[in-house]
Amino acid sequence: MTAELIHRLHFAFTITFHYLFPQLTMGLALLIVVLKSVALKTGSPQWDKAAHFWGRIFAINFVFGVVTGIPMEFEFGTNWARFSRLSGGVIGQPLAMEGVFSFFLESAFLGLFLYGEKRISKLMHWFSAVMVFAGSWISGFFIIVTDAWMQHPVAYDRLPNGQFEVVSFWQLLLNPWALLQYAHNMTGAVVTGAFVMSAVGAFYLLEGHRTNQARIFLKVGVIAGVIASIAIIFPTGDLHGKYMARNQPAAIAGMEGLFKSEAGAGMVLIGQPNEETGEIDNPIVVNDALSFLIYGTTKAEVKGLDQIPRDQWPTALPLLYYAYHIMAGLGTWFVLLMAVAVFLLWRGKLYKARWALWALLLSFPLPYIANTAGWMTAELGRQPWLIYGLMRTSEGYSNTVSASNGLFTLLGFMGLYTLLGLLFTVLIYREISNGPESTAAHEIHAA
Amino acid sequence: MMGFIWFWLVAVMIVGYVVLDGFDLGVGVLHLFLVRNEAERRTTLASIGPVWDGNEVWLLAGGGTLYFAFPLLYASAFSGFYLPLMIVLWLLVLRGISLELRNHIDVGVWRALLDGVFGLASALLAVFFGAALANVLRGVPLQADGYFFLPLWTNWQPGVHPGILDWYTVIGGLVALSALTLHGALWLTIKTSGDLEQRARRIVTPLWLLLAALTVVSLVATIAVRPASLNNYFNFPLTFAIPAGVIASLAGIWLFNRKAQPVKAFLSSCCYLFFMLAGACWGLYPTLLPATTGADRDITMSNAISGPHTLAVGLAWWGFGMALAVCYVVFVYSKFRGKVDISSAGH
Repeated sequence: MTAELIHRLHFAFTITFHYLFPQLTMGLALLIVVLKSVALKTGSPQWDKAAHFWGRIFAINFVFGVVTGIPMEFEFGTNWARFSRLSGGVIGQPLAMEGVFSFFLESAFLGLFLYGEKRISKLMHWFSAVMVFAGSWISGFFIIVTDAWMQHPVAYDRLPNGQFEVVSFWQLLLNPWALLQYAHNMTGAVVTGAFVMSAVGAFYLLEGHRTNQARIFLKVGVIAGVIASIAIIFPTGDLHGKYMARNQPAAIAGMEGLFKSEAGAGMVLIGQPNEETGEIDNPIVVNDALSFLIYGTTKAEVKGLDQIPRDQWPTALPLLYYAYHIMAGLGTWFVLLMAVAVFLLWRGKLYKARWALWALLLSFPLPYIANTAGWMTAELGRQPWLIYGLMRTSEGYSNTVSASNGLFTLLGFMGLYTLLGLLFTVLIYREISNGPESTAAHEIHAA
Repeated sequence: MMGFIWFWLVAVMIVGYVVLDGFDLGVGVLHLFLVRNEAERRTTLASIGPVWDGNEVWLLAGGGTLYFAFPLLYASAFSGFYLPLMIVLWLLVLRGISLELRNHIDVGVWRALLDGVFGLASALLAVFFGAALANVLRGVPLQADGYFFLPLWTNWQPGVHPGILDWYTVIGGLVALSALTLHGALWLTIKTSGDLEQRARRIVTPLWLLLAALTVVSLVATIAVRPASLNNYFNFPLTFAIPAGVIASLAGIWLFNRKAQPVKAFLSSCCYLFFMLAGACWGLYPTLLPATTGADRDITMSNAISGPHTLAVGLAWWGFGMALAVCYVVFVYSKFRGKVDISSAGH
């Protein structure tokens, strides 16, 4: 294995594992604000109890996000030194801003939210929840700005020594790619939060206890779920895809498995891309759909891989294609399931419809898969570029860190993260078993 | 000018990190042998519970600031110190997780295991951070392209091709371990009461003696390993105030702890850490990472600094953002001021 591949896997593995946690952190943060707001407005102890319960889940999830997040900032330097040396002046900026503007805010108010309930007023406790939400969403924004610059570099200049530097602060932050990707990504986080909350509600109802709490979870989860599941396709996914088609045609062609440019290009629903023959095996195609989705007319020509030099094709073509199709397929399922669930909720039948509760329960892992597949689509679509059109991935990794040193630490992370995954599962299982009536967990923390 | 400003801004972030996360690392080390029962252990851990995560943010924010202000240094040092940094990351992961887990698991043996992991990870982190600083002071074998790669150890001698660990960097690690453990003990004298508080106060004495001795040893060793460290001091004799500050802070810790004025003793310890780090930075300035392979390969302020626009843009938001951050920090610490009382539980 080459050092380049090892460093790519190193980052890919650690970031993929890491992002299992923040997506729930960001999604839940919003839903906890909803729970706290209803509790504050109605004075209902049930809603407060629900917020309390999800606060405990949030706390565990948050810590796992923090400890797996710290390595990410370091890896820019340890594994991607040549990239960092040239681009630090640009992307170091949003990364530092994440720490300064978001993490201080988030950690301070999370401390208050979890440990300070008896030291502060109800209003202040609600405010802490809002600030934790703000902190986590601001943090997401700066990470997206960082990624968006690599996808679609803007507002930069090059110094004589080859380094990039920022020329406009606002252009960097308001990169159109960043705004579209942020909307799409944050909606994805809400989908995860909504599915997890609904699944716990469904679980309690199927078990036949804690029904009052379960109904609250389902109500909030299903309503947030249907809104987010629709918004992730339209408008956020739609706009992001259109922008991508115009700025990264190679990525779109790879995602769709479009080997030949075509007017009235079809959209492949199912089929396997075959790099050797340049065709899709066993395809099921919706005629003209791709042209319509991208350009709003069935006649428009969509650029295929044949118009792109071979050395600029996405390097892992089938993987890119599958990742994108898994994301899109699951997205469709989310809308269907949540639409049915919200209809049942409206008709007052959801809490008794065991088949729907089972479907909600079993679907909770799917948003994690969809979010992961979405990020794989974005990052594999960017290949072979590290900074799109400017710097290749092969030019960015740390060439002083040998392949075997990289493999050693990659294996170390794999082992450690396996342990973390097990621990997380045990902890969450315990919280869900103990249920909202338990007040034990953070008592011990005290303060 | 920009180089000067950012050199010291990064230094401020590092001092912020060491002073704040320092005491919770120290508490982590101490809780292994200072507490006698579960209630005391809970009190001890509750004293850092609401703040440790925020303290660690200083490391991230400092790292980010270093990244965009001095990208060459960030790239070279992080890839060159690859192996120890990865170990630091693993320790940070284990430490955070074991602290969170022990609050959720109430089975004796598991708790003992988690407490052990938490204490050991805290101690090793303190040693690694000290050794890291000592590595920077000693210098690394920079190649002509600005990169290097250090093995964990070679022959334990500082020289042209040293390892991460040699006798000098081990001293650095021990200074950090004793300084942070003392720092943590002083934090506990503020936050705890009764028997535990008395024990924390008593342990300060031996820790102080150890630290005072190690401080002198490390000073002599630094001058021996890198005589150029003294140049700035002789060129600007007023700056001998920094080592004088180290001595005064040490005296302050001793006196205020004797007089049972824990807040002042803790603040003296903060000053000690500040003066030690400031002294080290001033000994380096304007070099950022000295080369053992010849001074012409040094990574310096001027060859590592980012472009002027980047720095101007950075300065605009940095001051504002850090002012906000300091407000949150002050706010949270004031909300949780006073002795820990585990009977009036929080969440």
